[in-house]
Amino acid sequence: MKTISVQYFAVIKDLVGVSEEVIKTSAVFASDLFAEICKRYHLNMPIAQLRVAVNDEFCEWDYQLNEGDKIVFIPPVSGG
Amino acid sequence: MDFQISAFPLTTEAFKEELQDSSCGGFVSFEGWVRDFNENKVVTHLEYQAYPELAKKEALKILGEAKTKFGIKNAKCVHRVGDLSIGEIAVWVGVIGVHRGEAFKACEYIIDELKVRVPIWKKEHYQNGNSGWVECHECKKHDHHSHNHTHHLE
Repeated sequence: MKTISVQYFAVIKDLVGVSEEVIKTSAVFASDLFAEICKRYHLNMPIAQLRVAVNDEFCEWDYQLNEGDKIVFIPPVSGG
Repeated sequence: MDFQISAFPLTTEAFKEELQDSSCGGFVSFEGWVRDFNENKVVTHLEYQAYPELAKKEALKILGEAKTKFGIKNAKCVHRVGDLSIGEIAVWVGVIGVHRGEAFKACEYIIDELKVRVPIWKKEHYQNGNSGWVECHECKKHDHHSHNHTHHLE
């Protein structure tokens, strides 16, 4: 099991109800962790619409999680 | 090159002064304002949220690209977060160049890229009491077949 810190923003933060949490997970890829979180919080969000960041850098969904990583799931942006 | 996220009203005159450069003949700026309607709904106020660490990195990347592509001398961008009233400035972009042409192009490039790449989100609060996180138009274009609004809180 790895310990991963997850931060939530915008629509995901509203649905999850917290801005961050530490998760113990057996997820291998970032996409597995997203699926786990969707299940836990009953989120119905197509992964294709989101991006993911690891340790404050954009990364691919097949990124392999490491102990202590900080993960952020990024819903479609709407700044400006 | 500078990008900031601000929880306070934007002091655009001060930002412009920071860019002053005697070797430049052109200054172009863009202000994004909070509008009182969107898609036929009356908007009462907006709320902006940012993922600050990554927003700063991505925005600086965009400013760097603008410099390389258009040969501008310098650029600065500031984005508001928190609750904004109608008419307030949500985003400010300032660009200076030796001549105006590159400054106009770079300014448009910066705001266009910011809107689709930088992790900042806008929540609209409507007159009827509802609210919703806005999806960018580019993202909508990519998704217009599915009509999936599961992550649109209303």
